[in-house]
Amino acid sequence: MTVRDDPAPPDLYRPSARRIERERYRRARTRRAGLVAAGSTLATAAVLVALVVNSPGWSRTRETFFNWHYAKKSLPDVLHGLWLNVQLMVVCGAVVLVAGLLVAVVRTLRGPVFFPLRALATAYVDFFRGLPLIICLLAVVFGVPALRLSGVTNDPVLLGGFALCLTYTAYVAEVFRAGIETVHPSQRAAARSLGLSSAQTMRYVVLPQAVRRVVPPLLNDLVSLQKDTGLVSIGGAVDAVAAAQIVASRSFNYTPYVVAGVIFVALTIPMTRLTDWVTARMNRRQSQGGVV
Amino acid sequence: MRPVIRLARKRAALAAAAPLALVLALAGCSPQDDSTSSDSPSSPAAGSSASATTAEACPSGALPTHSGGTLTIGTDNPAYDPWFSDNKPSNGKGYESAVAYAVAKQLGYAAGQVTWKTVPFNSAFAPGAKDFDFDINQVSINADRKKTVDFSPGYYDVRQAVVARKGSRIAGAHSIADLKNAKLGAQIGTTSLDTITDVVKPSKQPAAFQRNDLAVAALKNGQVDGIVVDLPTAFYITGAEVQDAKVVGQFAAAGGAPEQFGLVLDKGSRLTACVSKAVTALRTDGTLAALEKQWLSDAVNAPLLS
Repeated sequence: MTVRDDPAPPDLYRPSARRIERERYRRARTRRAGLVAAGSTLATAAVLVALVVNSPGWSRTRETFFNWHYAKKSLPDVLHGLWLNVQLMVVCGAVVLVAGLLVAVVRTLRGPVFFPLRALATAYVDFFRGLPLIICLLAVVFGVPALRLSGVTNDPVLLGGFALCLTYTAYVAEVFRAGIETVHPSQRAAARSLGLSSAQTMRYVVLPQAVRRVVPPLLNDLVSLQKDTGLVSIGGAVDAVAAAQIVASRSFNYTPYVVAGVIFVALTIPMTRLTDWVTARMNRRQSQGGVV
Repeated sequence: MRPVIRLARKRAALAAAAPLALVLALAGCSPQDDSTSSDSPSSPAAGSSASATTAEACPSGALPTHSGGTLTIGTDNPAYDPWFSDNKPSNGKGYESAVAYAVAKQLGYAAGQVTWKTVPFNSAFAPGAKDFDFDINQVSINADRKKTVDFSPGYYDVRQAVVARKGSRIAGAHSIADLKNAKLGAQIGTTSLDTITDVVKPSKQPAAFQRNDLAVAALKNGQVDGIVVDLPTAFYITGAEVQDAKVVGQFAAAGGAPEQFGLVLDKGSRLTACVSKAVTALRTDGTLAALEKQWLSDAVNAPLLS
């Protein structure tokens, strides 16, 4: 900017009386809206709390679900089990993202020569998306060792992780495919007319846009995966939920479940914030000219 | 502008009232007091809210049960042999089915007046009104559990045993020390699992299975070296389910006191005293011993693991 050295313009803007009045009125409205919202929230909360605390079974419910003694007793076991959930989630999450993207790309390949590949990928997705996860886990965790194949592990954690990957890859492949198909054909046409090959078009033009669009549903699937890692305990491995169940069924007290639940929720919140931040950063880069 | 403002104010008041109205509507259907767990009290004692029934107040066949005139008994599905037979608790076969009908008879309910209900292990001890009069599901009595539910006196003295395939490295174990390095498994929520963690204290984390049949599948697959179950189940597994398995040995009762299975009743149930009296009577007159001989005679002694 250049500095002007002419005197300040004589006609300084002064808001009219009407404008001042209008702004004052708007401020008052905003303040009032805030107060009304706070009041209504407080009243609702008060009634809910009164309803729960005054219910005839509250003392017993509190004893069964919010018992400090059992919370402390179960926390080390639950955390120990949680390590298994976290490991499974990180490894399976990485495998699922890569494999899902591959399957989605295979499903969107053009050209008649790729028909068998496309058919295979479609059949795989159709089957494993429809197969209940618990049945997939049972079949893999208890079925594969029953085959007595030499060199194949019978570790329930590895097998359970494999079953999780099978199911979730199918989910994630569909999410990616939806993203790929939302990219407007003109983008592809423009890229091809600039001389990019089919693969380059996919890599530099289509996929970056597709992935950015499906980050929220992908996160849904990852959070879902994180919670479903607990199902691997069907093979006997002790995860956070199973650890809570062991303490709970020994003492007939449900507090350990509450502890495990709170920990799981606490795990997903940072993940959500992180992906929100990543998405925002992607959007900033995309609209470098500023948002219109 | 004026009328608009007035309208807006009305709308705001309405909006603020909406959640309140909803909550108040909820409050309207406030939960009923669960001091009584009977829907249709059928007994003269129904009016009394005292949970401690005196010994005289057990009118034969007219107790304040969950549904009047019948006795509702809960157990899990699947109901395993040798405690039940063919997964049909109502056929009177299997030790627990037989005990349940014996208790019913003692209370004055004929076989036709007994209704069975599927009650998963975990919901047997849920707070809130129960939809059964008592639950019979190999539930071991312990002090912690007594805080949440009522138990009858024990109807069976349990001993835990290790089952392994004949070729496994613990098939020849003679002492608890021989099991230290084995991968052992048991069902979650059972004292069998507690036996592994508290008595054996193995170096490998024990496998905890949701159901016994999964533990047996893992044993067949060689995913665990051995599983811990109660002695009658152990003999049933080796006799009928896994041909190449053997009962390696049994554990001595922990702390001297024998572990016992008890009938589960709602905390403060008005039937606890009557049901307890019935179980005690069955033990005294030898009925329990006879039923044990009839249904669990396979569970002869296994070598004791020192």
